[in-house]
Amino acid sequence: MKYFAPSTVEEAAGLLAQPNTKVFAGATDVIPQIRAGRPEPDALVDLKKIDRLVSVQRTDATWVIGAATPTTRLTGNAELVAEFPGLVEAAGLIGSDQVQSRSSLGGNLCNASPAADSVPAMVINSARAVIATANGGTRTVAVEDVPVGPGRTTLAPGEFVVEIEIDRPPARTGDAYLRLTPRTEMDIAVVGAGVRVTLDESGTVTDARVALGAVAPTVVRVTAAEAALIGSKLDDVALAAAAAAASAACNPIDDKRGTIAYRTHVAGVLTRRAAVIAGQRAAEKNGASR
Amino acid sequence: MTIAEDPATTSPGYKWVGTRMIRPDGFEKVTGRARFGADIKLNGMLYGHVLRSPHAHATIVSIDTSEAEKMAGVRAVITGADFPDPSGPAGDQDLQRNVIAREKALYEGHTIAAVAAQTRAQAKAAAEAIKVVYEVLPHVMSVDEAMAPGAPLLHPKLMTKGVDPAPTEPSNVASRAVYQGGDLDLGFAESDVVVEGTFTTKPVHQGYIEPHAAVADTTPNGRTTLWCSSQGHFTMRSLSAKVLGWEPSKLKVIPAEIGGGFGGKTTIYLEPLAVRLSQKAGRPVKLVMSRDEVFRATGPASGTKIVGKLGFKNDGTMVAGELWMAYEAGAFAGSPAGAGSMTALAPYTVPNFLIEGFDVVVNKPKVAAYRAPGAPMSSFAVESLIDEAAKKLGIDPIDIRLKNAVTEGCTATYGPKFPRIGFVETLEAIKNHPNYQIPLGPNQGRGVASGFWFNAGLNSSATVHVNEDGNVIVVTGSPDIGGSRASMALMAAEEFGIDAARIQPVVGDTESVGYNDQTGGSRTTLATGAAVIEACRKVIADLRGRAAKQWDVALEKVEWVDGQAQHVEGTQPPLSLADLARGWNRTGGPLTASAALNARGVGSAFSTQVVDLEIDPDTGHVTVLRYLTAQDAGRAIHPSYVEGQLQGGVVQGIGWALNEEYIFDRNGKMENPGFLDYRIPVASDMPMIDTIVVEVPNPGHPYGVRGVGEVGIVPPLAAVANAVDDAVSRRIRDLPLSPVRILDAILNKDS
Amino acid sequence: MSRIQVSCTVNGDSVDFLCDADGSLLNALRDELGLTGIKEGCGTGDCGACSILMDDELNCACLIFAPEATGTTITTVEGLADGDHLTPLQECFLEGAALQCGICTPGFLVAATALLQHNPNPTETEIRYALAGNLCRCTGYDKIVRAVREAAAQMREASA
Repeated sequence: MKYFAPSTVEEAAGLLAQPNTKVFAGATDVIPQIRAGRPEPDALVDLKKIDRLVSVQRTDATWVIGAATPTTRLTGNAELVAEFPGLVEAAGLIGSDQVQSRSSLGGNLCNASPAADSVPAMVINSARAVIATANGGTRTVAVEDVPVGPGRTTLAPGEFVVEIEIDRPPARTGDAYLRLTPRTEMDIAVVGAGVRVTLDESGTVTDARVALGAVAPTVVRVTAAEAALIGSKLDDVALAAAAAAASAACNPIDDKRGTIAYRTHVAGVLTRRAAVIAGQRAAEKNGASR
Repeated sequence: MTIAEDPATTSPGYKWVGTRMIRPDGFEKVTGRARFGADIKLNGMLYGHVLRSPHAHATIVSIDTSEAEKMAGVRAVITGADFPDPSGPAGDQDLQRNVIAREKALYEGHTIAAVAAQTRAQAKAAAEAIKVVYEVLPHVMSVDEAMAPGAPLLHPKLMTKGVDPAPTEPSNVASRAVYQGGDLDLGFAESDVVVEGTFTTKPVHQGYIEPHAAVADTTPNGRTTLWCSSQGHFTMRSLSAKVLGWEPSKLKVIPAEIGGGFGGKTTIYLEPLAVRLSQKAGRPVKLVMSRDEVFRATGPASGTKIVGKLGFKNDGTMVAGELWMAYEAGAFAGSPAGAGSMTALAPYTVPNFLIEGFDVVVNKPKVAAYRAPGAPMSSFAVESLIDEAAKKLGIDPIDIRLKNAVTEGCTATYGPKFPRIGFVETLEAIKNHPNYQIPLGPNQGRGVASGFWFNAGLNSSATVHVNEDGNVIVVTGSPDIGGSRASMALMAAEEFGIDAARIQPVVGDTESVGYNDQTGGSRTTLATGAAVIEACRKVIADLRGRAAKQWDVALEKVEWVDGQAQHVEGTQPPLSLADLARGWNRTGGPLTASAALNARGVGSAFSTQVVDLEIDPDTGHVTVLRYLTAQDAGRAIHPSYVEGQLQGGVVQGIGWALNEEYIFDRNGKMENPGFLDYRIPVASDMPMIDTIVVEVPNPGHPYGVRGVGEVGIVPPLAAVANAVDDAVSRRIRDLPLSPVRILDAILNKDS
Repeated sequence: MSRIQVSCTVNGDSVDFLCDADGSLLNALRDELGLTGIKEGCGTGDCGACSILMDDELNCACLIFAPEATGTTITTVEGLADGDHLTPLQECFLEGAALQCGICTPGFLVAATALLQHNPNPTETEIRYALAGNLCRCTGYDKIVRAVREAAAQMREASA
């Protein structure tokens, strides 16, 4: 096996043109997978030496987060935390402090685990993945269009995610992500739920996004739950309707981490709770956040 | 929190016993210098890799190692055929077949072959190139499946022991243990309240953080040195010798530091493989398990099914108890069903009882000891039933236990009479603790449970040398898992009357000290400590004799006080240890003595614990709010490490109660062989463990030691389940109490 | 297969070692540099026994490909003490009996060092979450948490 640490996106793309070459960011999934007997690639390409992939930038309209940026740099970025507390909390849930030095939004997305914590949180914030293509260009897709099943993505051979783009939130917008794990830490979500709401000055929800993790082969956006929240003041009726819609949207499996019945029920519970937190956060952001 | 904070209150008259010295091996362990099993590296050392069965149950039709032997870097390949045909007692044959499969693979992870090569990668590649033809057989994964009529048999000749008449057909039931007393029918007829239920527990792993490791170096003339991390290197020697077909004396075993055992490192897995590979390759060979191998191939604790029924009078008196208990042994006979049967009702005076324990083989890894082996499961059933009865009778859970608690002179359900014991004291300590009075909020619950463990004595040896500078070396053969070097130093310091820092405790290899049984059974401070005390007293007797000689007085005129020989009439200037050591040329040579004993006077241990927890009623998630344990230590030699044993046992028990379990797929393959999905508690899951060290001295030990390692893990299973019931009014009789199971119980009221 | 030469700084020393592309940094540090204070408990980042500081960030050495260490500065448990002068954390672990078998201790000491570097006054909850990536099966964590709290207090006092 060979190891490469290119310093530019173009160089990385060129290396990836070789057959059986795999990119990695934090390797927190790649190494255990190789240990567990998954076939080894012929070459490994480390993306962390490419500045663009390990940077966090904010423009007037958009945050651009390098796909391999360690999540410690997200949790340590006060401005990002202020604008996307739910997203940063989700990213901060990936593994231990040790793993946080290595885990990244791009890695969490491309590992394509249905239980990836940051993915529902990115989806509710309408995040986009900028993908380096094999021909040297880039294409941009919605984050929810990247995973297609456990361990599988829409990335073509030779492609890799360069950065995550997220538009800065409108005024009175809050996001939240909650997950259920048996342990308090060091665990994989049995269910994850992300909710983002935008309120008007009266406290009525004008926009909502709801996404679930670990309840289907990929992240699930729950438009019915969003519809239940929009127009409401996050009252009990709306929250109950959103919870029911979330449960109804689940397509889970029974496995070692949970049952269909459990995941379906708890998806509703967490959706409701996340909606309440998102609403509180939105209400606290009374002024414009930009 | 402890009542042992002030040594003066707990160690009357002792200067060193009951104090908290810094452990003698501490510096090495906080600086990374301590050498554990996997840290051993020898010149010319090869790396081994073990090929394991992918099937839960299969006939091994053939093994072809020819390709593997030709591969780059490969120096040795072994299979079951490289070991003598199994012979001797059934247990020895099972041991050999567990170390390396012969006719059949009996669980996923069962060793089939092993390779030694120049690099790890070469060894792994070669192991994977070994061609094994299996004929897959149907497997049994639970006691119900294994005991069902017509069940696939693991061992075609296994006849159940302990049933009358003896069976004529083989089965998966290896043995039946029975303990009974009184008249069961009469007992239940006299009962005002009868509680009953069926309880199940899953296999759980000891979960030591250090995977098994062994390094063997066999020289061409047949001398073999083995380095391994274990709970007893003498046991590793004797067990390995059995499998190799050798006399034990041919093997020298050097103990590496041991990174946790909890019972799981009391048997052999890699050791004979490393020796045989080294013998065949003519080079040292190192074998280290991955975590995955540790889970798949080393001893978990038994999964169990227990049907229990208890009868009480209205005043809370327990008058009848009936238990039917089946323990999974894994692939070979030898579950702790017997110990579980003996401990189940041991804390209580119940006149009428029948306890049956069945040892059942299933296609899972062979179980190994785990902290009070067998007791947590039977206690889970009994202590849950007592809690139900207390609730029905409207009696406080501590009071109902006080009502029935065994005390000195009571006959245990397993036979003997208890000497002075401290069960009642643990109950009272809990009852009088402020934690027990704290009001609980909504969805919060409090659970109480008690537990019993025998503790062990067994064989120990120690040698004590006085150095020429008057400092003392104490050599034992008991691996130090949790601070026993400190206990040995403190006891020796107490005997000699010198500063404990002047004592150097050493864990000697199998050629440096007399035979020692394992560090297990909570026996080391008691039994090895007794050997140390005896050896110290021999040296002190010698020292007195030397002083008498030097002073030319009768022996009776010399006493040993505060580290020096004194003339009883004060007519001579005292002679210190250093003085006497300096003069040993004139008085008879070096000062040394050994002691060897089979320890008597074992003092049993009791623990009572109370947990407060909160349940999220919408997700079933449990938060442990506070935990209080009171355990009778007899005498805490080093209170900090005693507290540590109590706290560690509790947290393992909480893990067992809440989230730990082996999960198998339909093919009998373990689905969670890693620390991500086998969920041992992490720091953020736990509160502080409030700890009361009760000290009711054991009359059988010079300092009153009982042994503290094990009983702490017995109560948590039921304590947690009782607290769950208290919080959400759901009696759950199946462990673990995972969020999934608790939510299911909350949502489905009738279950 | 040709091996890769890696140059880095470990515990203050400039070092070189050879490794395979897919070799773990844990194996390189243990086997090539003899730093066996770093332990392998799982090899999958789930136990923290191999915790190291790499460029001042807390990491599991088992989750790093050895070639990634090129040009980095690494601290292991062997690099915490100054000769026989132990750090307050090491002293407090000994004083507080925060270790039983000692296999997890190197990882805990490194992780706690990282914690106290950026949070000199952590609450009990913060300590517990910061150390959640380090498994200890012996102590039940009680004495470890107390030792870290005590070391933090001593360090604050010393720097006040």
